Amino acid sequence: MVKFKLNGRDVSVDVPDDTPLLWALRDDLDLTGTKFGCGVGQCGACTVLVGGRATRSCITPLSSLEGADVTTIEGLDPNGKHAVQEAWKDIQVPQCGYCQSGQIMQAVSLLKDYPDPTDEEIDGVMGGSLCRCMTYVRIRKAIKKAAAALRKEEASHG
Amino acid sequence: MGKLERIAARQDRAAGLGPSRRSFLLTAAGSAFLFGFARQGKAAQVYPHDAPAALREAGAFEPTIWCSIAPDGWVNVNIIRAEMGQHIGTALARIIADEMEADWNKVRITYVDTDPKWGLMVTGGSWSVWMTWDQFRQAGAAARTVMVEQGAKLLGVAPATCIARNGQVIAGSRSISYGDIVSRAHPTKTYTPDEMAKLPLKPASEHRLIGKDVKALDIPSKTDGTAIYGIDAKLDGMVYARPKLPPTRYGSKVVSVDDSEAKKVKGYIRYVVIEDPSDTVPGWVAVLASSYPAAIRATDALKVVWTPGKTANITEQDILDYGRKQIADKAGGSRVFNDPGVDETFARAAKVVEQTYTCSSVLHYQLEPMNALARQHEGKWEVHCGNQWQTLFLPVIAKALQVPESEVVMRSYLLGGGFGRRLNGDYAVPAALISKAIGGKPVKLILTRSDDVLFDSIRSPSVQTVRAALGQDGAITAWQHHASAGWPTRVMASAFMEKGEDGKPYDQFAIAGADHWYDVGPMLVRALDNELASETFRPGWLRSVSSGWTPWAHESFLDEIAHARKLDPVDYRLSLLDSKGRNAGSAPNSVGGASRQANVLRHLVEKCGYGKVSLPADTAIGIATTFGQERAMPTWTAGAVQVHVDRKTGVVTCQKIWLVLDAGTIIDPDGAAAQTEGGALWGLSMALFEGTEIVDGNVRDRNLNTYTPLRIADVPDMEVEFLPSTEKPMGLGEPGVTTIAPAVGNAIFNAVGVRLRHLPIRPADVLNALKEKGNA
Repeated sequence: MVKFKLNGRDVSVDVPDDTPLLWALRDDLDLTGTKFGCGVGQCGACTVLVGGRATRSCITPLSSLEGADVTTIEGLDPNGKHAVQEAWKDIQVPQCGYCQSGQIMQAVSLLKDYPDPTDEEIDGVMGGSLCRCMTYVRIRKAIKKAAAALRKEEASHG
Repeated sequence: MGKLERIAARQDRAAGLGPSRRSFLLTAAGSAFLFGFARQGKAAQVYPHDAPAALREAGAFEPTIWCSIAPDGWVNVNIIRAEMGQHIGTALARIIADEMEADWNKVRITYVDTDPKWGLMVTGGSWSVWMTWDQFRQAGAAARTVMVEQGAKLLGVAPATCIARNGQVIAGSRSISYGDIVSRAHPTKTYTPDEMAKLPLKPASEHRLIGKDVKALDIPSKTDGTAIYGIDAKLDGMVYARPKLPPTRYGSKVVSVDDSEAKKVKGYIRYVVIEDPSDTVPGWVAVLASSYPAAIRATDALKVVWTPGKTANITEQDILDYGRKQIADKAGGSRVFNDPGVDETFARAAKVVEQTYTCSSVLHYQLEPMNALARQHEGKWEVHCGNQWQTLFLPVIAKALQVPESEVVMRSYLLGGGFGRRLNGDYAVPAALISKAIGGKPVKLILTRSDDVLFDSIRSPSVQTVRAALGQDGAITAWQHHASAGWPTRVMASAFMEKGEDGKPYDQFAIAGADHWYDVGPMLVRALDNELASETFRPGWLRSVSSGWTPWAHESFLDEIAHARKLDPVDYRLSLLDSKGRNAGSAPNSVGGASRQANVLRHLVEKCGYGKVSLPADTAIGIATTFGQERAMPTWTAGAVQVHVDRKTGVVTCQKIWLVLDAGTIIDPDGAAAQTEGGALWGLSMALFEGTEIVDGNVRDRNLNTYTPLRIADVPDMEVEFLPSTEKPMGLGEPGVTTIAPAVGNAIFNAVGVRLRHLPIRPADVLNALKEKGNA
């Protein structure tokens, strides 16, 4: 039985300790927004935040999460209106959408480290997130838009 | 209400379920909190998610099967196409809503399950808008006509004095909403297709939604985790399955199965040796478990001995060699163009030039691995999955189950990528058969990525030889294009094959693109089915099908001829796009013919500065032009690519892509641009980044550790422009792909003077070519 915090709530999951977080989320906790893509941590579709850091849930065993703080796409914002999600809608980034939960979680993590990311920083951090519809042009644009919105938010709170 | 409760409530509404289901799920989730929902079996996919559901029960008016108007004014549009990233429901609903004069803020779309009443359910070929355009405008006109008639009656005026706008019928200063008309007049009139076809349609100048910007209805759900794909489907009591794949796609036979190690995996239930009367998945063994991770492990632990099929040692080279032999043999194949005088013109040519172009195998690698959830329920076999060609695979599933087709239904979900992979519904068959083996209980079959890749119906490797007869002045006087590849349509949908001018059937999706609009004298276009390919793997339809690789041959070859004659390749192409004879075009699909292809090419040249801008060393622009993916439905396309070639490493960097298209009327401008951007990057990925090969009867690459599609850092600047047009809309899912590879090849030649004739272009190939040129 592994206990951790999921989207701000305490959860416990009674499955084998080596179960990847991805499948516990999808099948035991009914959070299907996190997706199965490559299964080896190289496509980014399964990206969630663990302790605020982008983490590939398909290769993260539950045993490593005791007491951890996990955020999935469903828990990013209570109304689905995080600045990154808003930018994603404004720019109409998603096509099939299957990778986009992972892209959004990765972008949220990116913007924590680089509030005003350069193209090279975007390439470096987002390079592990495959979009087979090839929405990359819009992903880049939306990240910059979200970055600007977050900086503005920060300044107004500041 | 919190977000989770709202999601729960709307999912319940969509499912027609009350609190009972929610309490069940809460119980089932035990001490865990409920945060989201997988789609339960009954719900249809409805967008936007916050639209009211259950229209029909509320006495909605349904003039045709395609749309209805509810007493609250909401319009529902039924979408029979698969949503796989094109936002097709939004585009199609815009067509019907525009003609209907509906209030767009009260339009919802429903992605429906299979039913014979829908007719052909297929989503591919970039056909959806093109094939729905007339039908949906007529259906919209039918609804508008009734609203005006009934609204006029309620207002006590003559229909001729009324106009319909924004969900209202207006007579002077008075108006009545569509919702009120439905709730007060209870119209019941329905229209037959013949009656609909006679209704007058709005002229393009009266379009109020078509061609205007719109927010796609499916997009919000794709940013917050609420979008439900096939892999997210759940049914109470379902078990999980993973296949143990045989060593060859066909002909492998199970000799023995040993599950002594698999039994040690907690959650392992049993294995099933699949008996498949449809022969879709011969040699499959499935492993059942109580969770998917357990199914993965138990499958790894299961030991199966097969006698492999006869293709166990086939290589990519064998397949390409087979294709070369087919081309060398003058007999065989099907003649798509077989103009009189080809042989004679070649016999008396001053010179004959010829080149051969090849392409590697390409994986779909759609990000959602193949999966399907199947069960027997209330006398029917249900298969829950995303699929692009339900009409093709319902009978196959029925055959596999040995039941009438009327006892099979496919439930529709979002597709985590289609790209043609899900035109082939082969993955639905084993799910149904496994469920049958356990008494119709629900079973969720998921392929791991390596399973998915091994089971892919890849883009076949191809060999093409293009030959031109030249006159004394160097002008082309006759043309031959011979193309050999595995034929997907022969394998999966032979009834859909077209007949060549010699009466022999051929796969139009394995030759389209070679039947170009240039005037090059009499043409022979010959399609050859590479049987060795089709025996080794199941060839697939992959985004832009053959038009993703036939222009690689003829658009490279035309460039080569132009350079050899010291002509500008663009001017040369323009001189051949003369709109004469069969290239004059015809209504309604190709009005203007080749002149429209010339037009996009001229615009492109203006846009990219080709021939005018001066670029750094080893940097150049290359150009190519196509008619999209199908001669009968041309999307006139011109593409330019700017590359830099690193002479030391052989690395080709694409710096910029320009595309100019004439696709007729554009319905959803932003969606059109998105499809074209994605298509162009697929084209670039297949030109420079991705490709695999057959080794020992299977693809060599199984996952992203060795298969390397384009990533964000590889994306060039892009400019996409659609020329304004009020002609019938063509397709846009695929044309973006078609020009990029030859434009890259032509740009490399312009940059460093070497000609590459194999895709993908790898740095080693460029280095070799540079070395050869240096030695020459």
